[in-house]
Amino acid sequence: MPKTLAEKVYDAHVVRSAEGEPDLLYIDLHLVHEVTSPQAFDGLRAAGRPVRRPDLTMATEDHNVPTLDVLAPIADPVSRAQVEALRANAAEFGIRLAPMGDRDQGIVHVIGPQLGLTQPGMTIVCGDSHTSTHGAFGALAFGIGTSEVEHVLATQTLPQKRPRQMAVTVEGELPEGVSAKDVILAVIAQIGTNGAAGHVIEYRGSAIRALSMEARMTICNMSIEAGARAGMIAPDETTFAYLQGRPHAPQGADWDAAVEHWRSLHTDDGAVFDTEVVLHAADLAPFVTWGTNPGQGLPITGRVPDPAEFADDHERRAAEQALAYMGLTPGTPLREIEVDTVFLGSCTNGRIEDLRTAAELLRGRRIDPNTRMLVVPGSVGVKLQAEAEGLDRVFTEAGAEWRGAGCSMCLGMNPDQLAPGERSASTSNRNFQGRQGKGGRTHLVSPSVAAATALTGRLTAPADLTDAPATAGV
Amino acid sequence: MQPFTTHTGTAAPLRRSAVDTDQIIPAEYLKRITRTGFEDGLFVAWRTNEPDFVLNRPEHAGASILVAGPDFGTGSSREHACWALLDGGFRVVISSRFADIFRNNSTKSGLLTVVLPQADVEALWAAVEAEPATPVTVDLQARTVTHGDTTVPFEIDDYTRWRLLEGLDDVGLTERHLADIEAHEARRPPWLPTALPA
Ligand code: SF4
Repeated sequence: MPKTLAEKVYDAHVVRSAEGEPDLLYIDLHLVHEVTSPQAFDGLRAAGRPVRRPDLTMATEDHNVPTLDVLAPIADPVSRAQVEALRANAAEFGIRLAPMGDRDQGIVHVIGPQLGLTQPGMTIVCGDSHTSTHGAFGALAFGIGTSEVEHVLATQTLPQKRPRQMAVTVEGELPEGVSAKDVILAVIAQIGTNGAAGHVIEYRGSAIRALSMEARMTICNMSIEAGARAGMIAPDETTFAYLQGRPHAPQGADWDAAVEHWRSLHTDDGAVFDTEVVLHAADLAPFVTWGTNPGQGLPITGRVPDPAEFADDHERRAAEQALAYMGLTPGTPLREIEVDTVFLGSCTNGRIEDLRTAAELLRGRRIDPNTRMLVVPGSVGVKLQAEAEGLDRVFTEAGAEWRGAGCSMCLGMNPDQLAPGERSASTSNRNFQGRQGKGGRTHLVSPSVAAATALTGRLTAPADLTDAPATAGV
Repeated sequence: MQPFTTHTGTAAPLRRSAVDTDQIIPAEYLKRITRTGFEDGLFVAWRTNEPDFVLNRPEHAGASILVAGPDFGTGSSREHACWALLDGGFRVVISSRFADIFRNNSTKSGLLTVVLPQADVEALWAAVEAEPATPVTVDLQARTVTHGDTTVPFEIDDYTRWRLLEGLDDVGLTERHLADIEAHEARRPPWLPTALPA
């Protein structure tokens, strides 16, 4: 019977299935961070259980870590206790940890691919909903809660229900200035914040095939913002080229055997999806959100919507509540919205290509004097690469702040937060109320819109920039 | 996990859709490394900034059943959202649709999530708004929700229901299948990576 990509990976990992019970799924890689793991390790200790496969488990410090003075002890005692708990647990249970200051440290979803730990056809879990990122390699990767973290630590398996299958097809060529972030924001606006509940999304079509690995990660990363369990893209030459030579990628004969297997990981002709969504690349534009969930977005050429125009009761109320929180008036052109802070970073857009894209726009220009811009690389690896390319100087010369690696203002568990009422343009993935700091107001954007916005102090598409950079043509 | 059989209490009507887990408990309240004590973060922004918020109203103090709009629990995978609701005195959340990870987490932490059609949710909202003291009974054995003279059925798969009724821990159940796990491990392709330093 023809199968989808997700079904192939799922079926290859079923340890046991029985009528009337969930399947038991084997987990190839378990990524761990400090926030969702302490209670899971406590559970193991209380039951006297070891970690079944420490060799398939990797931990990093990311959510709480400061991005200034990264080698000093964390000033916030509660954050410090959480990071110290992870260090103690990793040591006690024999798990590899990339602590602050380590060259492998970074956001959990940035370091997996960077180290070559994320490979096609694997099952990958982490106590973090953006684990869907790893699906860009054709892995089945999903977020879990702390009880499930404990379950995987103890058994290297998870009870699962077979997910439903959704295809999101994007055909054609993306217009100039339109990025993977704009694609996924448009997808979420179309299907809604929980529209893909119960599904794994497979992204397909010529526009997806043309994307780099990093852009594919941006797309899969935000699958959860449409409510999907996971997002996947079939592996191809782009995937193999990205992986070859990475520290944990197979080598020699193993590489050949792996690639041969990976080539079979695609949806068969005739396989059936439960739900299909089609977008035309040519219709897409730079997208920004105006509301307080990632589905409340529009092309940047649009205006703040009038809640009265929403036919659905719940959507109308949600829009009213969102506009009240965001301090926005219906009818305002999105490009007139002034921001205080621009955040470039996160597991959505904190990789090297994202930094290059933004740096290209900032090179030889100065950001708006009333706007602060934080640039937070997704990992130490990304940071070192950017510094080797001189991007750090481009950012600082433009007036932006160049920081250490971590989640940072994506969720404001460290000191990088918005003040109440402050407004940001952010390349992260969630514009929920208070996500970036109590009372903070978030507009989700792509890296190029973030950079253009930093230059003008208003939500701006790169095409709107009229000045010539000082060094243009030199 | 505390077993769940049947629960009777009063209900709080939360007329909001797509309540994300950052609203249920914001990130700054996730730093605790214990499994309890999360009630201080429960809906803290709304409790602080909105005097009229349903959980601030005296007539709903002591509610143990939360009746929410559609798409409850979207966003982050934090199980702390379930713990905060439990610590805040809730045993049941009712909505017409839940986000997957939240629902999954609820079944592991002993918080019962009940899916009812939106029309039944609206009827329940109307009933408890008219009379906040209305007792509401959620019977997992019978799979029904009852308020006043109204009893409506809800669906839950047999396996999850059994686990909740017995208060069973998944790890213990899975350990019965150790032989299957070992057999799978023997079949894994040799090129798969390990996390050991490369
Ligand atoms: S960058 Fe943001 S979304 Fe990504 S793992 Fe960190 S907190 Fe979560």
